[in-house]
Amino acid sequence: MEKTKKSTDSGFGKWLQKCKNHPFSGIVEALVWLSGIVTMAIMIYLVTFIVIRGVPHLKPSLFALTYNSDNVSLMPALVNTLTVTVLSLVIAIPFGVFAAIYLVEYAKKGSRLVRLIRITAETLSGIPSIIYGLFGLLFFSTALHWGLSLLSGCLTLVIMILPLIIRTSEEALLSVPDSYREASFGLGAGKLRTIFKIVLPSAVPGILSGVVLATGRIVGETAALLYTAGTVAKISDLMGSGRTLAVHMYVLSSEGLHMDESYATAVVLLVLVLVLNGLSGLLAKGLTGNKNK
Amino acid sequence: MKGKISELLMKVVFFIAACTSVLAVTLICIFLFANGIPAIAKIGLPDFLFGQKWKPSNNIFGILPFIMGSIYVTAGSIVIGVPLALLLSVFLAFYCPKRLYPVLKTMVNLMAGVPSVVYGFFGLVMIVPLMRQITGKDGSTMLTASILLGVMILPTVTGVTESALRSVPMSYYEGALALGATHERSVFATVFPAAKSGIMAGIVLGIGRSIGETMAVIMVAGNQPWMPQGLLKGVRTMTTNIVMEMGYATDLHREALIATGVVLFVFILIINLCVSALKSKAESE
Repeated sequence: MEKTKKSTDSGFGKWLQKCKNHPFSGIVEALVWLSGIVTMAIMIYLVTFIVIRGVPHLKPSLFALTYNSDNVSLMPALVNTLTVTVLSLVIAIPFGVFAAIYLVEYAKKGSRLVRLIRITAETLSGIPSIIYGLFGLLFFSTALHWGLSLLSGCLTLVIMILPLIIRTSEEALLSVPDSYREASFGLGAGKLRTIFKIVLPSAVPGILSGVVLATGRIVGETAALLYTAGTVAKISDLMGSGRTLAVHMYVLSSEGLHMDESYATAVVLLVLVLVLNGLSGLLAKGLTGNKNK
Repeated sequence: MKGKISELLMKVVFFIAACTSVLAVTLICIFLFANGIPAIAKIGLPDFLFGQKWKPSNNIFGILPFIMGSIYVTAGSIVIGVPLALLLSVFLAFYCPKRLYPVLKTMVNLMAGVPSVVYGFFGLVMIVPLMRQITGKDGSTMLTASILLGVMILPTVTGVTESALRSVPMSYYEGALALGATHERSVFATVFPAAKSGIMAGIVLGIGRSIGETMAVIMVAGNQPWMPQGLLKGVRTMTTNIVMEMGYATDLHREALIATGVVLFVFILIINLCVSALKSKAESE
């Protein structure tokens, strides 16, 4: 009696006891725990594998201003990534946030138009990036004659991240309590003023978390850019073709000639994206934290 | 008066912004279909969809190998990814110790953010050599792609199923427990069936991710343009077919690639419809 009581104190002993009484439940519990462990193992393994192989190859020559087949510099790609990210965000944020404002503050709930907007936004978020790439190639590059250019790539990405920004902004706006709006109206402010002075500032952390998440997607995107922005490895202006970091990564590893540099590039890309995603998570958490106060 | 005008003006601006997503979907449909349908008409719909040979140099364009490739690879990723994702979502919702939860949840979220090229690269340098050792021949196989995709859809499926499990009232679980069921039995026999629609939505969403994934697949699947010949042989999917040949294709070949995109797009639209139908069913339950 004394012994069984002692063994149920620890988690493992408890589990053994359960296996004896309900063998099936015991197995299921073990599987459930295993899934958690396996997931953590995969993620940790993936990151450490790439970091350990890549960091030793992070040489200064990798960050030279121009690319050639000797230094395999990732700098031009990094600069292009920055250009593409900034331009895409500058276009997508106003559209996305304004769309969310319309949906939350103006639209009548359940009207046919609102349903249509929601369905299309949902459709957009389910479309794979290769379809966006194909559309960008057909529309921006061919029909509008912009060719393979950073501009075509940017606008393709704008459409791609739009649903993400709409959804996160919508959630952020919805989480602003109605009493804020009522108080503002009560003080005699108009609707527009209420939105810009009261509602939007309170929703900023939520919107920002969506924007940072969108940045992560832009930085990691390849398939949508391959045939819209092209693969030229130099710092490019808006109308010229240029590869971003993720495209650079793809080209390097498919050539298979510079594996060391591929690892190093993968480290830079991975760290960049993980930091952005982590930042987005923190911002979102800050938002819910404020709400609880 | 001035205030009124700006109020009205901004309302119109907000409205126009809200309509961009409608415009975008319309444009995507118009341009894809307008460029793809003529090619399908020229090749002939049955020949295009059910032709088993893809030989652009001989003007033979049958995409059945790629349709089957996509279906097989997706099915493989579901077989590998979904059981793990379901167990993981149960772990997160019912088992995870409080202190471990934020760590694991963050990790799953970060996993969703890892770019597909990085997954592809990881598959290329890690799973492909491993498969080569096991099979003794080629490492770029259907199985390799399925494993990699299974890992990639894990966070997507887990996110949806976890919130589906959490939305089931606790009274279901407590009721089962009070009747003498074990923790496991309460979760899997009462909460699980109650969250069925939400779980299905997660799985279908995973199917959509898998079938549309391009860059990771292209780096590990071998990409041979033939009918899929088995788990341990190379395979080409619809997505990779577009990326492989778009760079140099001209005329009918190019149009046939766009038509491949159209077929993929139709697949995706059907999957999207299923997801939203399942989601609204889950909400109404």
